[in-house]
Amino acid sequence: MEHVVVVGAGHAGVQCAASLRDGGFAGAITMVAEEEHLPYQRPPLSKDHLGEEPTPLPLRGATFYGDSAVELLTGVTATGIDRERRQVTLSDGRALTYSTLVLATGARARRLPGVDEAHLGVHQIRTLGDADKLRAALEKARRAVVVGAGFLGLEFAAVAGKKGLDVTVLEGGTRVLGRSVSPDMSAHIAEAHEASGIRLVLHEGLSSVQVGEHAAEAVVGASGKVYPADLVLLAVGANPRDDLAREAGLEVADGILVDADLRTSDPAILAIGDCARLSNPALGSPGRLESVQNATDQARHAAEVILGSAGPFAAVPWFWSHQGALRLQIAGVRGPDDPTVTIGDVEAGRFSVLSFRDDRLTCVESLNRPADHLAARRLLAGDRRPGPGDVTAPDFQLKKFAAP
Amino acid sequence: MPTVVFHQPDSPPDVVEGKAGTSLMRAAVENNVRGIVGECGGQAMCATCHVYVHPEYLDELEPIGEDEDEMLEDTAAPRLDRSRLGCQVALDDALPEIHVDVPPTQV
Ligand SMILES: Cc1cc2nc3c(=O)[nH]c(=O)nc-3n(C[C@H](O)[C@H](O)[C@H](O)COP(=O)(O)OP(=O)(O)OC[C@H]3O[C@@H](n4cnc5c(N)ncnc54)[C@H](O)[C@@H]3O)c2cc1C
Ligand code: FES
Repeated sequence: MEHVVVVGAGHAGVQCAASLRDGGFAGAITMVAEEEHLPYQRPPLSKDHLGEEPTPLPLRGATFYGDSAVELLTGVTATGIDRERRQVTLSDGRALTYSTLVLATGARARRLPGVDEAHLGVHQIRTLGDADKLRAALEKARRAVVVGAGFLGLEFAAVAGKKGLDVTVLEGGTRVLGRSVSPDMSAHIAEAHEASGIRLVLHEGLSSVQVGEHAAEAVVGASGKVYPADLVLLAVGANPRDDLAREAGLEVADGILVDADLRTSDPAILAIGDCARLSNPALGSPGRLESVQNATDQARHAAEVILGSAGPFAAVPWFWSHQGALRLQIAGVRGPDDPTVTIGDVEAGRFSVLSFRDDRLTCVESLNRPADHLAARRLLAGDRRPGPGDVTAPDFQLKKFAAP
Repeated sequence: MPTVVFHQPDSPPDVVEGKAGTSLMRAAVENNVRGIVGECGGQAMCATCHVYVHPEYLDELEPIGEDEDEMLEDTAAPRLDRSRLGCQVALDDALPEIHVDVPPTQV
């Protein structure tokens, strides 16, 4: 009998199993899940989980796995792949024979040299366990220093600020969200956080964390400046978990390399989600994305590939981030030098920044403008896109342009 | 605990319970109600938790927020007067039972 083994039960892994069953897959499905919990949604961990809603939101209800004949092995890690024999070895000593293996191992929070996260008061955030610890720490902490002004760092800063903590964010780069959004959007978001009382320090990296008798007491910046803190969050990005693949001899380059069908260099093995990198991405795309949309769309596509019914993979990337009163939604992927046009009401904090490459729309970043975002997703899925000339017209609206 | 009845387009309804103060979307996801996705985890960012509330319950709910209103403009199934995002509808002990229709598609 066919047997699909999925390693990792995050957004990608669970969606892949569900889509296989939805598509009529009749073989066996086994999911190997290192975490003990019922598979859960990750985005709330840096948002509602730290505030009003500490109950994790499951990806599927507990009965899904039994009802769908998906064997879920929680608390079990895949430790090796024997490609000749098509076997995965597990931490509980067993080995599973697969006809197709799907690697959905996600990413792990990047560590910084010289910082020991084991110290009380030093946090990272990737798993439910991390978020629970952080939530408990937030109750007692008074001064938080966040290292890294990416999405996670700023989402946490907004929550901590709202709880009344004194919050400082250190960013080594020249602007917040530097790798992810346009300079205009970045500037606006920085201003809004500062207006709400969060201190932003740009061009400042981390040198070390000063630890007192029991717990963290301060962060020492690369500049030598000392920032007192009883809570330190390291939010400096994530690394794909590609070690299993590398050890099995698959091609890996900061992510498991996959073709347009999401197959690795071994056609019996696919990789999806945060851990996967497309070898030939669309122009301007980095090939590896960390988002729920990417994880679930790749999972659906991988299921179609396994079922033999896949067309070309052509999902429009989209992403959201919720930072206090700022609701940011992004459709598409912009190149670092793509010129931009801003539409909407910047003063009121409701606007969109449109990026273009060779006059072709590549990306729309919307702040508190959900209608723009939804229209942008539809426009970027097709070829009839507005050019810079269209969008500067006084009465231009994305929604009108996108209307059929 | 408030009861939510999800009427499916082509199968018997799902009758589930949810905790007061949590959302209708969470009650659906925790109980595997078919046709409710909740991809953004309840942030009113994805519009995959769209439901049609039975008219008799509409006035009992908190009014539609601005963001929810805009997101509803572009749902996969057509918007009706009784459309809501499930993640923005809080369950309440004052409303022990609520009935909603699950639209035919969310993505
Ligand atoms: C705090 C936080 C907030 C986020 N907010 C947003 C957001 O607002 N919007 C958005 O679009 N995205 C957000 N993201 C990103 C999004 O959560 C990820 O892109 C998504 O989780 C990727 O899904 P995945 O299945 O590829 O990986 P994961 O969800 O990381 O799942 C991988 C799973 O595989 C397991 N695993 C790894 N190796 C093994 C092994 N060898 N054996 C067994 N199991 C293994 C891991 O333990 C993990 O449970 C956020 C991420 C974090 C951490
Ligand atoms: S869960 Fe995404 S909009 Fe409701």
